[in-house]
Amino acid sequence: MVFSFFKDRKKTKIAILKACKSFSSLLPEVLSIMMFVGISLAILSPETISRLIGAESGPFGIAVALIAGSVTLIPSFVTFPLGAALLKDGAGYAQIAAFVSTLMAVGVMTLPVEIKYFNRYTAVLRNISALLVSIIFTVVIWRLM
Amino acid sequence: MISNENNAMNPGISTMLKKYRFAIGLALVIAAIYFTNRSVGTEAFGISVSNTKEMLSLLPPVFILVGLLDVWVPKETIIRDMGEDSGWKGILMALFLGSAAAGPLYVAFPITALLLRKRARLAYILFFLGVWSTTKLPILLYEISYMGLKFTAIHAAVGLPFFLLFSIIIEKVMPEDSRESLYRKAEMELP
Repeated sequence: MVFSFFKDRKKTKIAILKACKSFSSLLPEVLSIMMFVGISLAILSPETISRLIGAESGPFGIAVALIAGSVTLIPSFVTFPLGAALLKDGAGYAQIAAFVSTLMAVGVMTLPVEIKYFNRYTAVLRNISALLVSIIFTVVIWRLM
Repeated sequence: MISNENNAMNPGISTMLKKYRFAIGLALVIAAIYFTNRSVGTEAFGISVSNTKEMLSLLPPVFILVGLLDVWVPKETIIRDMGEDSGWKGILMALFLGSAAAGPLYVAFPITALLLRKRARLAYILFFLGVWSTTKLPILLYEISYMGLKFTAIHAAVGLPFFLLFSIIIEKVMPEDSRESLYRKAEMELP
Protein backbone atom coordinates (compact mmCIF):
# COMPACT_ATOMS: atom_id res chain seq x y z
CA MET A 1 0.00 0.00 0.00
CA VAL A 2 2.87 2.35 0.87
CA PHE A 3 4.49 1.45 -2.44
CA SER A 4 1.27 2.15 -4.29
CA PHE A 5 0.92 5.47 -2.45
CA PHE A 6 4.28 6.73 -3.62
CA LYS A 7 3.72 5.52 -7.13
CA ASP A 8 0.35 7.13 -7.63
CA ARG A 9 -1.46 9.02 -4.88
CA LYS A 10 -4.71 9.40 -6.74
CA LYS A 11 -5.02 5.73 -7.67
CA THR A 12 -4.24 4.71 -4.11
CA LYS A 13 -6.87 7.06 -2.79
CA ILE A 14 -9.46 5.55 -5.14
CA ALA A 15 -8.45 2.08 -3.97
CA ILE A 16 -8.85 2.99 -0.29
CA LEU A 17 -12.18 4.70 -0.91
CA LYS A 18 -13.43 1.61 -2.74
CA ALA A 19 -12.24 -0.58 0.11
CA CYS A 20 -14.03 1.55 2.72
CA LYS A 21 -17.25 1.57 0.73
CA SER A 22 -17.24 -2.21 0.24
CA PHE A 23 -16.47 -2.77 3.90
CA SER A 24 -19.17 -0.52 5.29
CA SER A 25 -21.84 -1.98 3.01
CA LEU A 26 -20.96 -5.49 4.13
CA LEU A 27 -20.61 -4.81 7.85
CA PRO A 28 -24.29 -5.00 8.92
CA GLU A 29 -24.77 -8.44 7.34
CA VAL A 30 -21.54 -9.82 8.68
CA LEU A 31 -22.27 -8.59 12.22
CA SER A 32 -25.69 -10.27 12.11
CA ILE A 33 -24.15 -13.53 10.88
CA MET A 34 -21.56 -13.50 13.67
CA MET A 35 -24.17 -13.03 16.38
CA PHE A 36 -26.50 -15.66 14.93
CA VAL A 37 -23.68 -18.18 14.89
CA GLY A 38 -22.67 -17.18 18.40
CA ILE A 39 -26.19 -17.88 19.67
CA SER A 40 -26.45 -21.23 17.85
CA LEU A 41 -23.09 -22.53 19.05
CA ALA A 42 -23.78 -21.49 22.63
CA ILE A 43 -27.06 -23.42 22.65
CA LEU A 44 -25.55 -26.57 21.09
CA SER A 45 -22.89 -27.92 23.45
CA PRO A 46 -19.88 -29.95 22.19
CA GLU A 47 -21.24 -33.00 24.06
CA THR A 48 -24.50 -32.82 22.14
CA ILE A 49 -22.58 -32.53 18.90
CA SER A 50 -20.31 -35.51 19.49
CA ARG A 51 -23.26 -37.67 20.64
CA LEU A 52 -25.08 -36.91 17.40
CA ILE A 53 -22.16 -37.70 15.12
CA GLY A 54 -20.50 -40.65 16.86
CA ALA A 55 -18.64 -43.37 14.97
CA GLU A 56 -21.69 -45.64 15.20
CA SER A 57 -24.15 -43.01 14.02
CA GLY A 58 -23.84 -44.11 10.36
CA PRO A 59 -25.66 -42.31 7.55
CA PHE A 60 -27.83 -40.43 10.06
CA GLY A 61 -24.74 -39.03 11.75
CA ILE A 62 -23.30 -38.12 8.36
CA ALA A 63 -26.50 -36.28 7.45
CA VAL A 64 -26.40 -34.41 10.79
CA ALA A 65 -22.74 -33.54 10.21
CA LEU A 66 -23.44 -32.31 6.66
CA ILE A 67 -26.25 -30.06 7.88
CA ALA A 68 -24.31 -28.83 10.91
CA GLY A 69 -21.26 -28.03 8.78
CA SER A 70 -23.38 -26.23 6.19
CA VAL A 71 -25.17 -23.92 8.60
CA THR A 72 -22.40 -23.12 11.06
CA LEU A 73 -19.54 -20.75 10.60
CA ILE A 74 -16.38 -21.49 12.53
CA PRO A 75 -12.98 -19.85 11.91
CA SER A 76 -10.96 -22.25 9.77
CA PHE A 77 -8.05 -22.46 12.17
CA VAL A 78 -10.52 -23.70 14.81
CA THR A 79 -12.13 -26.19 12.42
CA PHE A 80 -9.44 -28.87 12.49
CA PRO A 81 -8.58 -28.75 16.19
CA LEU A 82 -12.34 -29.04 16.76
CA GLY A 83 -12.54 -31.95 14.29
CA ALA A 84 -9.66 -33.70 16.04
CA ALA A 85 -11.27 -33.08 19.44
CA LEU A 86 -14.57 -34.53 18.22
CA LEU A 87 -12.73 -37.59 16.85
CA LYS A 88 -11.19 -38.13 20.28
CA ASP A 89 -14.64 -37.82 21.82
CA GLY A 90 -15.79 -40.73 19.66
CA ALA A 91 -16.99 -39.11 16.46
CA GLY A 92 -16.46 -41.12 13.25
CA TYR A 93 -14.01 -40.20 10.48
CA ALA A 94 -16.75 -40.03 7.85
CA GLN A 95 -18.89 -37.78 10.06
CA ILE A 96 -15.94 -35.48 10.71
CA ALA A 97 -15.12 -35.42 6.97
CA ALA A 98 -18.71 -34.39 6.27
CA PHE A 99 -18.55 -31.75 8.99
CA VAL A 100 -15.24 -30.08 8.13
CA SER A 101 -15.71 -30.14 4.35
CA THR A 102 -19.15 -28.53 4.46
CA LEU A 103 -17.95 -26.16 7.15
CA MET A 104 -15.37 -24.76 4.76
CA ALA A 105 -17.24 -25.01 1.45
CA VAL A 106 -20.98 -24.61 2.10
CA GLY A 107 -22.31 -21.42 3.63
CA VAL A 108 -26.02 -21.29 4.32
CA MET A 109 -25.54 -18.43 6.78
CA THR A 110 -23.48 -16.42 4.34
CA LEU A 111 -25.83 -17.11 1.42
CA PRO A 112 -27.37 -13.59 1.57
CA VAL A 113 -23.89 -12.09 1.25
CA GLU A 114 -23.00 -14.49 -1.57
CA ILE A 115 -26.19 -13.56 -3.45
CA LYS A 116 -25.21 -9.93 -3.07
CA TYR A 117 -21.93 -10.61 -4.85
CA PHE A 118 -23.20 -13.08 -7.46
CA ASN A 119 -26.90 -13.67 -7.98
CA ARG A 120 -29.38 -16.10 -6.46
CA TYR A 121 -28.99 -18.68 -9.24
CA THR A 122 -25.20 -18.87 -9.11
CA ALA A 123 -24.94 -18.70 -5.34
CA VAL A 124 -27.48 -21.48 -4.79
CA LEU A 125 -25.94 -23.71 -7.47
CA ARG A 126 -22.46 -23.17 -6.07
CA ASN A 127 -23.58 -24.19 -2.59
CA ILE A 128 -25.38 -27.27 -3.92
CA SER A 129 -22.30 -28.31 -5.88
CA ALA A 130 -20.11 -27.74 -2.80
CA LEU A 131 -22.48 -29.96 -0.80
CA LEU A 132 -22.22 -32.67 -3.49
CA VAL A 133 -18.40 -32.51 -3.42
CA SER A 134 -18.51 -32.82 0.38
CA ILE A 135 -20.78 -35.87 0.12
CA ILE A 136 -18.46 -37.54 -2.40
CA PHE A 137 -15.47 -36.81 -0.16
CA THR A 138 -17.34 -38.22 2.86
CA VAL A 139 -18.20 -41.43 1.01
CA VAL A 140 -14.57 -41.89 -0.06
CA ILE A 141 -13.38 -41.38 3.53
CA TRP A 142 -16.04 -43.81 4.73
CA ARG A 143 -14.74 -46.49 2.39
CA LEU A 144 -11.02 -45.83 2.92
CA MET A 145 -10.58 -44.93 6.58
CA MET B 1 -38.82 17.41 0.81
CA ILE B 2 -36.31 19.22 2.96
CA SER B 3 -35.91 16.25 5.24
CA ASN B 4 -35.39 14.01 2.22
CA GLU B 5 -32.60 16.19 1.02
CA ASN B 6 -31.09 16.09 4.45
CA ASN B 7 -31.15 12.32 4.38
CA ALA B 8 -29.36 12.21 1.06
CA MET B 9 -26.68 14.57 2.23
CA ASN B 10 -26.09 12.94 5.55
CA PRO B 11 -27.21 9.35 6.14
CA GLY B 12 -29.15 9.93 9.33
CA ILE B 13 -29.85 7.77 12.30
CA SER B 14 -32.94 6.21 10.71
CA THR B 15 -31.06 4.78 7.71
CA MET B 16 -28.35 3.48 10.01
CA LEU B 17 -31.02 1.84 12.16
CA LYS B 18 -32.55 0.24 9.10
CA LYS B 19 -29.22 -1.10 7.87
CA TYR B 20 -28.36 -2.58 11.23
CA ARG B 21 -31.85 -3.76 12.22
CA PHE B 22 -30.96 -7.48 12.14
CA ALA B 23 -27.70 -6.91 14.01
CA ILE B 24 -29.52 -4.91 16.70
CA GLY B 25 -32.29 -7.52 16.92
CA LEU B 26 -29.78 -10.32 17.42
CA ALA B 27 -27.89 -8.32 20.04
CA LEU B 28 -31.20 -8.01 21.92
CA VAL B 29 -31.71 -11.80 21.59
CA ILE B 30 -28.27 -12.39 23.15
CA ALA B 31 -29.18 -9.99 25.97
CA ALA B 32 -32.49 -11.84 26.49
CA ILE B 33 -30.66 -15.19 26.62
CA TYR B 34 -28.23 -13.75 29.15
CA PHE B 35 -31.06 -12.80 31.50
CA THR B 36 -32.70 -16.24 31.26
CA ASN B 37 -29.54 -18.35 31.28
CA ARG B 38 -26.37 -16.59 32.31
CA SER B 39 -23.78 -19.13 31.08
CA VAL B 40 -25.35 -19.69 27.66
CA GLY B 41 -25.73 -15.93 27.19
CA THR B 42 -22.11 -15.30 28.15
CA GLU B 43 -20.97 -18.02 25.76
CA ALA B 44 -23.10 -16.67 22.91
CA PHE B 45 -21.62 -13.24 23.53
CA GLY B 46 -18.07 -14.62 23.71
CA ILE B 47 -18.36 -16.61 20.48
CA SER B 48 -19.91 -13.64 18.66
CA VAL B 49 -17.12 -11.35 19.84
CA SER B 50 -14.31 -13.75 18.87
CA ASN B 51 -15.87 -14.39 15.44
CA THR B 52 -16.31 -10.67 14.89
CA LYS B 53 -12.70 -10.06 15.93
CA GLU B 54 -11.49 -12.62 13.39
CA MET B 55 -13.65 -11.01 10.72
CA LEU B 56 -12.41 -7.52 11.55
CA SER B 57 -8.81 -8.66 11.31
CA LEU B 58 -9.33 -10.33 7.92
CA LEU B 59 -11.80 -8.26 5.94
CA PRO B 60 -10.20 -4.78 5.88
CA PRO B 61 -6.82 -6.02 4.53
CA VAL B 62 -8.65 -8.05 1.89
CA PHE B 63 -10.74 -5.08 0.84
CA ILE B 64 -7.66 -2.86 0.62
CA LEU B 65 -5.86 -5.53 -1.42
CA VAL B 66 -8.88 -5.87 -3.71
CA GLY B 67 -9.09 -2.08 -4.05
CA LEU B 68 -5.41 -1.84 -4.97
CA LEU B 69 -5.59 -4.74 -7.45
CA ASP B 70 -8.66 -3.10 -8.93
CA VAL B 71 -6.83 0.11 -9.77
CA TRP B 72 -3.48 -1.45 -10.68
CA VAL B 73 -4.25 -4.67 -12.57
CA PRO B 74 -5.62 -3.92 -16.03
CA LYS B 75 -8.64 -5.83 -17.27
CA GLU B 76 -6.64 -7.15 -20.21
CA THR B 77 -4.25 -9.00 -17.91
CA ILE B 78 -7.08 -10.88 -16.19
CA ILE B 79 -8.77 -11.60 -19.50
CA ARG B 80 -5.49 -13.03 -20.81
CA ASP B 81 -4.67 -15.11 -17.72
CA MET B 82 -8.12 -16.14 -16.49
CA GLY B 83 -10.52 -15.20 -19.26
CA GLU B 84 -12.65 -17.19 -21.66
CA ASP B 85 -9.69 -18.37 -23.77
CA SER B 86 -7.02 -18.73 -21.10
CA GLY B 87 -7.37 -22.54 -20.95
CA TRP B 88 -5.05 -24.38 -18.55
CA LYS B 89 -3.49 -21.12 -17.49
CA GLY B 90 -6.83 -20.01 -16.05
CA ILE B 91 -7.18 -23.24 -14.07
CA LEU B 92 -3.65 -22.88 -12.71
CA MET B 93 -4.30 -19.24 -11.81
CA ALA B 94 -7.44 -20.26 -9.90
CA LEU B 95 -5.44 -22.98 -8.12
CA PHE B 96 -2.69 -20.53 -7.22
CA LEU B 97 -5.00 -17.72 -6.07
CA GLY B 98 -7.21 -20.07 -4.06
CA SER B 99 -4.29 -21.81 -2.35
CA ALA B 100 -2.47 -18.62 -1.46
CA ALA B 101 -5.50 -17.46 0.47
CA ALA B 102 -6.26 -17.30 4.16
CA GLY B 103 -9.58 -16.91 5.87
CA PRO B 104 -13.13 -18.16 5.57
CA LEU B 105 -14.99 -18.32 2.29
CA TYR B 106 -16.88 -15.05 2.73
CA VAL B 107 -13.54 -13.26 2.53
CA ALA B 108 -13.18 -14.69 -0.99
CA PHE B 109 -16.41 -13.13 -2.29
CA PRO B 110 -15.00 -9.59 -2.71
CA ILE B 111 -12.16 -11.15 -4.72
CA THR B 112 -14.60 -13.02 -6.96
CA ALA B 113 -16.46 -9.76 -7.55
CA LEU B 114 -13.18 -8.20 -8.64
CA LEU B 115 -12.46 -11.14 -10.97
CA LEU B 116 -15.95 -10.81 -12.46
CA ARG B 117 -15.40 -7.11 -12.99
CA LYS B 118 -12.18 -7.90 -14.85
CA ARG B 119 -13.94 -10.51 -16.98
CA ALA B 120 -12.40 -13.71 -15.73
CA ARG B 121 -14.18 -16.86 -16.88
CA LEU B 122 -17.06 -17.85 -14.56
CA ALA B 123 -16.00 -21.52 -14.35
CA TYR B 124 -12.54 -20.48 -13.15
CA ILE B 125 -13.99 -18.07 -10.60
CA LEU B 126 -16.18 -20.84 -9.19
CA PHE B 127 -13.20 -23.21 -9.21
CA PHE B 128 -11.22 -20.57 -7.33
CA LEU B 129 -13.89 -20.67 -4.59
CA GLY B 130 -13.68 -24.47 -4.57
CA VAL B 131 -9.88 -24.35 -4.17
CA TRP B 132 -10.24 -21.72 -1.45
CA SER B 133 -12.53 -24.03 0.50
CA THR B 134 -10.31 -27.12 0.08
CA THR B 135 -6.59 -26.48 -0.12
CA LYS B 136 -5.69 -23.01 1.06
CA LEU B 137 -2.13 -23.51 2.24
CA PRO B 138 -2.10 -22.27 5.86
CA ILE B 139 -5.17 -24.35 6.66
CA LEU B 140 -3.79 -27.34 4.75
CA LEU B 141 -0.91 -27.50 7.25
CA TYR B 142 -3.43 -27.41 10.09
CA GLU B 143 -5.43 -30.17 8.46
CA ILE B 144 -2.37 -32.41 8.06
CA SER B 145 -1.26 -31.95 11.67
CA TYR B 146 -4.71 -32.53 13.16
CA MET B 147 -6.39 -34.98 10.79
CA GLY B 148 -3.39 -36.77 9.31
CA LEU B 149 -1.81 -36.87 5.87
CA LYS B 150 -4.13 -39.55 4.47
CA PHE B 151 -7.30 -37.65 5.35
CA THR B 152 -5.89 -34.41 3.91
CA ALA B 153 -4.63 -36.06 0.73
CA ILE B 154 -8.03 -37.65 0.09
CA HIS B 155 -9.70 -34.28 0.76
CA ALA B 156 -7.60 -32.56 -1.89
CA ALA B 157 -7.61 -35.46 -4.36
CA VAL B 158 -11.40 -35.76 -4.26
CA GLY B 159 -12.26 -32.10 -3.75
CA LEU B 160 -10.23 -30.37 -6.46
CA PRO B 161 -11.25 -32.43 -9.54
CA PHE B 162 -14.92 -32.45 -8.55
CA PHE B 163 -14.95 -28.73 -7.83
CA LEU B 164 -13.47 -28.15 -11.30
CA LEU B 165 -16.04 -30.46 -12.88
CA PHE B 166 -18.99 -28.79 -11.10
CA SER B 167 -17.64 -25.30 -11.90
CA ILE B 168 -17.73 -26.13 -15.60
CA ILE B 169 -21.18 -27.74 -15.29
CA ILE B 170 -22.61 -24.68 -13.51
CA GLU B 171 -21.20 -22.42 -16.19
CA LYS B 172 -22.66 -24.60 -18.95
CA VAL B 173 -26.17 -24.91 -17.50
CA MET B 174 -26.38 -21.22 -16.73
CA PRO B 175 -28.43 -19.27 -19.29
CA GLU B 176 -26.37 -16.85 -21.35
CA ASP B 177 -28.30 -13.74 -20.24
CA SER B 178 -28.07 -14.70 -16.59
CA ARG B 179 -24.29 -14.99 -16.88
CA GLU B 180 -24.08 -11.69 -18.73
CA SER B 181 -26.12 -9.94 -16.02
CA LEU B 182 -23.70 -11.32 -13.43
CA TYR B 183 -20.79 -9.58 -15.13
CA ARG B 184 -22.76 -6.39 -15.59
CA LYS B 185 -23.78 -6.35 -11.92
CA ALA B 186 -20.15 -6.71 -10.86
CA GLU B 187 -19.14 -3.87 -13.15
CA MET B 188 -21.87 -1.51 -12.04
CA GLU B 189 -21.82 -1.78 -8.29
CA LEU B 190 -19.34 -2.40 -5.57
CA PRO B 191 -21.27 -4.53 -3.13
